[in-house]
Amino acid sequence: MRGITKRFPGVVANDHVDFRLEKGEIHALLGENGSGKTTLMNILYGLYRPDEGQIFLNGTEVHLTSPKDAIAHGIGMVHQHFMLVPVMTVTENIILGNEVTRGGLFLDLKQAADRIRKLSEQYHLEVDPQALIQDLPVGIRQRVEILKALYRQSNGESKPKSSIWADILILDEPTAVLTPEESESLFRTLTSLAQQGKSIIFITHKLREVFHVANRITVLRNGRVVGTTTPMETTETQLATMMVGREVILTVEKNPLEFREEVSDRKPVLHVQDLQVVDDRGSVAVKGVSLDIYPGEILGIAGVQGNGQTELVEALTGLRKAIAGSIHINGIDMTHIIHSGYSGPRKIMEQGVAHIPEDRHTYGMVDSYPLTDNLVLNIYYQKPFARGIVRNQAAIEEHATRLVTEFDIRTPSIFIKAGNLSGGNQQKMVVAREFSRPIILLIAAQPTRGLDVGSIEFIHKQILQKRDQGCAVLLVSVDLDEILSLSDRIAVMYRGHILATVDAKEASREVLGLWMAGIK
Amino acid sequence: MVPIFREILIPILAVFTALILGAVLIEISGVSFIEAYRGLFEGMFGSRRALIETCVAATPYLLTGLAVAIGFQGGLFNIGAEGQFYMGALASVIVGYTVQGLPAWLHLPLALVVGAISGAVWGSIPGLLKARLGAHEVINTIMMNYIALKLVDYLVKNVFRDPAASMDRTPYILPTAQLPRMFGPDYRLHAGFLLALAAVVFTHWLLFKTTLGFEIRTVGANPGAARYAGMNVAGNIVLAMAMAGAMAGLAGVGEVLGLNHTLPAAFSAGYGFDAIAVALLAKSNPMGIIPSAFLWGGLRNGAGLMQVRTGISIDLISVIQALVIMFIAANQIVRWIYRIN
Repeated sequence: MRGITKRFPGVVANDHVDFRLEKGEIHALLGENGSGKTTLMNILYGLYRPDEGQIFLNGTEVHLTSPKDAIAHGIGMVHQHFMLVPVMTVTENIILGNEVTRGGLFLDLKQAADRIRKLSEQYHLEVDPQALIQDLPVGIRQRVEILKALYRQSNGESKPKSSIWADILILDEPTAVLTPEESESLFRTLTSLAQQGKSIIFITHKLREVFHVANRITVLRNGRVVGTTTPMETTETQLATMMVGREVILTVEKNPLEFREEVSDRKPVLHVQDLQVVDDRGSVAVKGVSLDIYPGEILGIAGVQGNGQTELVEALTGLRKAIAGSIHINGIDMTHIIHSGYSGPRKIMEQGVAHIPEDRHTYGMVDSYPLTDNLVLNIYYQKPFARGIVRNQAAIEEHATRLVTEFDIRTPSIFIKAGNLSGGNQQKMVVAREFSRPIILLIAAQPTRGLDVGSIEFIHKQILQKRDQGCAVLLVSVDLDEILSLSDRIAVMYRGHILATVDAKEASREVLGLWMAGIK
Repeated sequence: MVPIFREILIPILAVFTALILGAVLIEISGVSFIEAYRGLFEGMFGSRRALIETCVAATPYLLTGLAVAIGFQGGLFNIGAEGQFYMGALASVIVGYTVQGLPAWLHLPLALVVGAISGAVWGSIPGLLKARLGAHEVINTIMMNYIALKLVDYLVKNVFRDPAASMDRTPYILPTAQLPRMFGPDYRLHAGFLLALAAVVFTHWLLFKTTLGFEIRTVGANPGAARYAGMNVAGNIVLAMAMAGAMAGLAGVGEVLGLNHTLPAAFSAGYGFDAIAVALLAKSNPMGIIPSAFLWGGLRNGAGLMQVRTGISIDLISVIQALVIMFIAANQIVRWIYRIN
């Protein structure tokens, strides 16, 4: 790709980008959110047309006008958000759009399944072609997506070949949803694919992965190529500096626990006993969890997504009813107060609890509201934001102006709709709101998922600062690195139970990874 | 702040484009569109009487338009304004002719309040069904419309029928329950018009300046966020539907206490259904309801003169109205025509 430029209203997403992919290599495309890496790949996949620049495949210039075009040239893409139909089988999903038929009318699922089996053997991507997508864990779903891309390529090979055939596989942030083991397995797959002649582009903003799997690395910042290098020639710190454009502190500076030794005679801020919670489908997702969190410490809950963490957090914050067990906050029995009627979340909040929800778009913010309203979303009824039922616009705006500066929320104005902010700034907004009142307990679920390095650094600092001020913190994350770098104690959740709790100083990635997989 | 200009640009262009297409239709049928539109606009506001009549026609649209807009703000599609309108009219006519011996300062407010409550109750039923059982309000408000229409029809023909009248209607309300005329007996404009304008201002204040309105809008925009913020989602759904019903009910009340002074069996003027269009054109903004209701009332009022002058059927107005709504709903068309981002 040579001199690729793509402009969107107000931004230049790609500014004369040159990008070379060699045959059989794994090339990592590294950059923060909004640096233009996805745009560049969407151009290669035919989703966007570049305003300027040329694309060459095997030395011949091509004009890719649609994904269909790209697929015909042997370019496959695995999107960040899976494009699978949950109620259909693996086979049905893979052939969707490329159906094998008998007599042009009847689906030949058997033949398709055989071909898929053959492909999965060839590339060591084990998957049951008859399984329903909805029954498969995320890691396997991703395998299905990769198989889908490979299937389409093999489909193209069997047809009269397009003269220019590239055999490229693009993966957009493939590890965002995976456990450490699943990521390892994906990396092995990618290496094997590369050895068999596929060229792979791997989009990511996680530095560690790059060293793990890539042959070459290209870093993008603000739509421009900052540089191309290899894992041998660089370090994580150098790459981070290239990505962000300034020195970044990768390891979080953490003060030692202050009152660790006297913990025994202090009361926990959060005391949970034998909590049981059911999920949306009515099955018990949290099966008797007990935990204590003391002032000034961070308890990290590690675990693969979907092992009851979501339901646990929702029960603790009053969004979901517990069916058994008890919750004490600051010594007060909140169990029934939390779970009676709609007002649970408010009563919890009024006890001095802050909640950074796992999915800010479901709970944490209203996209169509300006920053001003979002920053008082759950305290709108309190003084000075309301006098009786009349809202005090002046106080609300003052509050917003203050928080925007204090929490470095990058926005042209406090009246901008929150939905128009970048993910990092939206999350900073949620954090700002929750930290803007006195709190004794912070419940943070996936506080930095999908964010850029700069925002992650900022939010981590904020959380540690709260801890140092004596706030108790419950940190739930599927990102093991985040858990390891922030927590004072680490609990691993597996299938609704807390499998083990360890002091962070004694925890190792390997042991935690095994526990996350249920092996103890 | 987002410039108000950007907010109203699409509705204005939608109306403009619809009028142009309407002009094409008029020309195709062999009539000068200038003549036809001159008739239409003179009928809308060409004289003192025309202007006042436009206000008369706009009054029910103001209130029913609010009823739909409040629903939209609360995330609810209130198709039940017609039924709520009927129930308000029915309750007010009953109070208006059966309650005797009250002074006007007591009788009139009583009839107004009972009518509004009647509409509110009718509106809150589908609200409750939604909040408690998750039953979709679109289905239930439509069903409630049928029930209201048939119920009023039955009651007017059988229970409350004026035995002395030649047609199916209730007895006339007492003078103490009438909304006073604003420009004397020669002009039909009544105090219900001022009431409707006040309702618009009140609704705007409630939705945008109070915590109550903030809750209704949050529930409408993101129920999950509303739960997170400790708001009563179910309660606000019922409240929004009750408020909507009260507004639509008041529209019916105004037509009875201000204009007809009785409730005939065939009462329907479709105000509750047109209200959906009025609210869409206003983008569910209470203040936007004012120009929107005036346009709808004006078109309805001016169509007569256009037909008398040029022979163009008043149904053309329905075509223009339909085009306006189409351009609002599919605003990409308008954006494409005028090259707006």
